[in-house]
Amino acid sequence: MLLNASGCLDALVAPDVARGLDAFVTKTVTPLPRDGNTPVRIAETDVGMLNSIGLANPGIDRFLTRALPRLEQLGVPLWVSVGGFETDHYADLCSRLDDYASVSAIELNVSCPNVEAPVESAAQIVAAARLATRKPLWAKLAPAVPDIGEVAKAAQAAGADGLSLINTIRGLKLEARTLRPALGPGQGGLSGPALKPIALAAVATCYRATDMPIVGMGGIRTGLDALEFIAVGARHVAIGTTLFSDPDAPARIRMELHAAAQERGWDAYEDAYAAAHEDSLSLRTT
Amino acid sequence: MKRERLSVVANEQVGPYTLLRVRRGGIDPGVPGQFFMLEAPGRLLPRPMSLCLAPPRELAFLIDPIGPGTLALCALTAGEDLHVLGPLGNGFELELECPLLVGGGIGIAPLPYLSERLGSPPAVLGFRSDRHAVAAALVPNAQICIEPTLVTELIPAGLDVLACGPEPMLEAVRAIAPNAQVAWEAPMACGYGACYGCAVEIDGVLKRLCVEGPVLCAA
Repeated sequence: MLLNASGCLDALVAPDVARGLDAFVTKTVTPLPRDGNTPVRIAETDVGMLNSIGLANPGIDRFLTRALPRLEQLGVPLWVSVGGFETDHYADLCSRLDDYASVSAIELNVSCPNVEAPVESAAQIVAAARLATRKPLWAKLAPAVPDIGEVAKAAQAAGADGLSLINTIRGLKLEARTLRPALGPGQGGLSGPALKPIALAAVATCYRATDMPIVGMGGIRTGLDALEFIAVGARHVAIGTTLFSDPDAPARIRMELHAAAQERGWDAYEDAYAAAHEDSLSLRTT
Repeated sequence: MKRERLSVVANEQVGPYTLLRVRRGGIDPGVPGQFFMLEAPGRLLPRPMSLCLAPPRELAFLIDPIGPGTLALCALTAGEDLHVLGPLGNGFELELECPLLVGGGIGIAPLPYLSERLGSPPAVLGFRSDRHAVAAALVPNAQICIEPTLVTELIPAGLDVLACGPEPMLEAVRAIAPNAQVAWEAPMACGYGACYGCAVEIDGVLKRLCVEGPVLCAA
C-alpha cells in the first residue's frame, strides 16, 4: 500500500491527492483542539526541511463530528493518527474511534518531536490503547533511541499490530545572518532526503526484531526510494515531504516503483519484500 | 490547481529584482493575488510567488533574490524548464468602487496584474531606495515614495485599499484603512494546505495562509 505520512496532507483541501493513495492517514488528533506552535513553523535545509507545527488539530470532538463524516465521503480507507500527553489520552482517543466503522486503523503517534512527550514508554501507551480498541494499532516510533528494535519488540508485546517507521528527528537551523533559530519555537522535526538512511536502518532493524508489518517512510521521493524500503522489510510505504513539492507524487511513485522492480528482475514490487536481508550479514546492526 | 513543467521565456532585470517569464502552458493565471509554487532548481521545496503579469501565453513573476531558492529562480535562463503549481489560495475581490493599490518593496509583485484587471486605478508604492523603485515602472498610474517617507503617508481616506508589502506596512495600512484587502506572506512548503507551515497570527488567530489567504480582509 501507498499512504501519506501523517500531517503531510489535508484530504479535505486536496481530495484528489488523497484519492491517489491506498489509505489516507489523518493529521494527529489530540483530545483537545490545538492551534499549534508559534510561527515560523517551517524551514528548508540543504538536504531536508524542518517543521514545528505542534500538532495543530481540531481536537477529537470536532474531528468526529465535522471532519470524519467528510473524510468518509472520499472513498479512501482512513487511518486516524492520535496523540496525547499521557497514556490515558491515547486510551480515550482509541475508545472514541472504536465505534466508527470507517476508521480502518489507528496510528499511535508516540514520537512527535515538537510537543512535550509523555513520560510513559511507547509500550505502555500501546498497552493502554490495546485495551480501548479492537482496531489495528500501528505504533509510530522515533528513530532517536538507542535501540529501536527493542522498542518495537516491546510495542508488539504490548499489543501493537504494526509499525510506522519513522517519525521526524529533531533538528535545528540557524539563520545565517542573525545566528538565531529559523523556526519560531527553535527546534523542529527534520524530514526529507536527509532522513532516508536513518529510516532504512530503522526499518531493517525492526524487520529483524519483530514480525509485525511495517509502513516505511522518511525521504521517499522516487519509486526506487520506495523499493529500497520494501527491500529492507517494509510491507507498505508512505510519502510525506515529497507531497509538498509534488502533489502528483502518488501516481508518479507508483509508476516508478513498478518500473524499478521490473528493471531489477521482479514481476511485482511486492516480490522485492525483504530482499536486502537475503545476505544476513549485510544488515547486521552491530 | 494544476502542475505543469513550463519553459522559461526570459529572465529580465527590474532594478534589484528579476521578472521571470515562463510559457503559460495549460495553467490558468487565476485571480490577482493568487499565487503559484515555483520549483527552485536544486532545492527541496518550491517557492510561493504571486503572479505579477499575465501576458498572452505567458506567466510572469517578480522575484527578489534573497535566498538560495529565489537566487536559483533568478538564475534560470530562456529554454530551461521548471514545475509550476497553481493558481493557489484566494485572490483580491475585484468588485470595488474606488480602488487604491498600495505596495511596498517586493510586495508590489501582484500589483501589475491587479492593476490591469482593475483598469489601471491609482497606486501608491514605497521603496527603500531609488534602485528598488525602478520596479514601479511595472505599475501604471503610481505615485512613488522612498524611505524615510512611508507609503502609508500617501493613502487618502475613503478609498478601497488593496495592499501587499512587508508586515509592518500591512499593519499600518490596516490601522488607516480597516477594511483593506491585504495580501500576506509566510514561508510555505506546499501551497495547497498540506503542510500547515504557513500559519500566521492575525488579530490573535492563527490562519493557514495558503488556504484562507493570502489575501485577507479585516472586516
